[in-house]
Amino acid sequence: MSSTGPNSKQLQRKAAMTVLAHAAAADIAGRLAAIAVPAHENLREPENGLVMLRGRIGGDGAPFNLGEATVSRAAVRLATGEVGFGYTLGRDARKAQMIALCDAMVQSAELSGEVEAKVIAPLRVAMNAERGRKAAETAATRVDFYTMVRGEG
Amino acid sequence: MYVAVKGGERAIENAHRLLAHERRGDRDVPEVTLAQISEQLALGVDRVMTEGSLYDRELAALAIKQARGDMIEAIFLVRAFRATLPRFGATEPVNTGEMQVRRRISSTFKDVPGGQILGPTFDYTHRLLDPQLAEGFVPEQPATADASQAATPRVTDILGRDGLIESSPQADSNTPVGDLTREPLSFPADRDLRLQNLARGDEGFLLALGYSTQRGYGRNHPFAGEIRFGEVEVEFFAEDAGFAVPLGSIELTECQMVNQFKGSTTEAPCFTRGYGLAFGQSERKTMSMALVDRALRARELGEEAAAPAQDEEFVMSHSDNVQSTGFVEHLKLPHYVDFQSELGLLRKLRQEFAEANEAVEMQEAAE
Repeated sequence: MSSTGPNSKQLQRKAAMTVLAHAAAADIAGRLAAIAVPAHENLREPENGLVMLRGRIGGDGAPFNLGEATVSRAAVRLATGEVGFGYTLGRDARKAQMIALCDAMVQSAELSGEVEAKVIAPLRVAMNAERGRKAAETAATRVDFYTMVRGEG
Repeated sequence: MYVAVKGGERAIENAHRLLAHERRGDRDVPEVTLAQISEQLALGVDRVMTEGSLYDRELAALAIKQARGDMIEAIFLVRAFRATLPRFGATEPVNTGEMQVRRRISSTFKDVPGGQILGPTFDYTHRLLDPQLAEGFVPEQPATADASQAATPRVTDILGRDGLIESSPQADSNTPVGDLTREPLSFPADRDLRLQNLARGDEGFLLALGYSTQRGYGRNHPFAGEIRFGEVEVEFFAEDAGFAVPLGSIELTECQMVNQFKGSTTEAPCFTRGYGLAFGQSERKTMSMALVDRALRARELGEEAAAPAQDEEFVMSHSDNVQSTGFVEHLKLPHYVDFQSELGLLRKLRQEFAEANEAVEMQEAAE
């Protein structure tokens, strides 16, 4: 797969958004402080709203409406023209705005390497470490059955 | 009929001031924080999110604090908050098969692929009050073990491979997903609407109904095929971005109830299913929901529907504790005029009764 194809770009943006959505706003802000943020403007002012969360009947069947969640969104345009979108669960509109800014930078040929190395990558390490910690704690509660021989066998 | 009565404003204002004072309690006792409620009363927060039908831990914690721990009042507050924000749309359906599992048990297969994972559970505790917890208790760090890379397929998927269980109903692209927050309920209701109703329904009400099916009021022989709790990723198709964007993850509990068979001359017998899904770690809720979901399928499965849990109009019209409490508690509001007319009627009836009796007595005396 070419690393410049439109699909691979979209996958890269989604992968970055996943990491950012999982990160705390303060951690994203901390990482962004370490790079030179390019000139940009808000294309959509950061705002709060709701999404209806959907499940599937039986886990794998037709969709149904489970209940809503708070969500924040924003859109940012760099002075160089790239438009980034930010969406995240919760009511922290500033976080959505930072995600939009990072998404715009991921799309910029000049900036994507730096934002990946200095913002996304360290946050991804933290996300995976947290997942690993939970998985290890969970694994310790796995039942290991052993069979006791009863009767004459 | 209600009648506006002037003169209560000052009393109401002072009553709310007194409520705020009582809510704070003894001011020498430190105030409880939202983080404390969210972290240490986590299952209460999960319930308020589930029945308030809004996933937002911080808001649910605030609601519990404001409601002084009254869960239904907290749920009411969360429902009211929903109305203050615009809805951007609906998410892609979550994939519980790819849950990062925190707990996963099956009571039908001991050696279920992926294993029995107990996670944080009250099961197997002795239910003895622990005086250590009263103050200053520091728990041990959790044990850890190498995490297995093995998948944890749903038990129903495993049974489904051999055709031993019915498959889930698939989406009909012509029918939009029903939403009872947008259209008023009408009956008969499809299963998507029923599940939405049950998901936000009162845990106690559904628990009692689920229990009633076990006791014989609509028996359908359930097994807890699988209960899983953990994190699932949420995606939302953002029109401006042009693709499904990740929103982060939410915690969900899912219960797959496996129930007794259906079959016909043309279809081999197979197990039937009931389904439960709720925010956070809500095991009792999802189990009850799955029992009631299965009971409500009586008509579809050609079963006699005589028990309360099988009556969708009864169940769905009474499951919502915000609606229920609204109608029950409205009895506290002034009904002075209503009551005056009842009182007038009663006086008239009593007078007629007295006059009739007097007439009878006079007649008896004359004879």
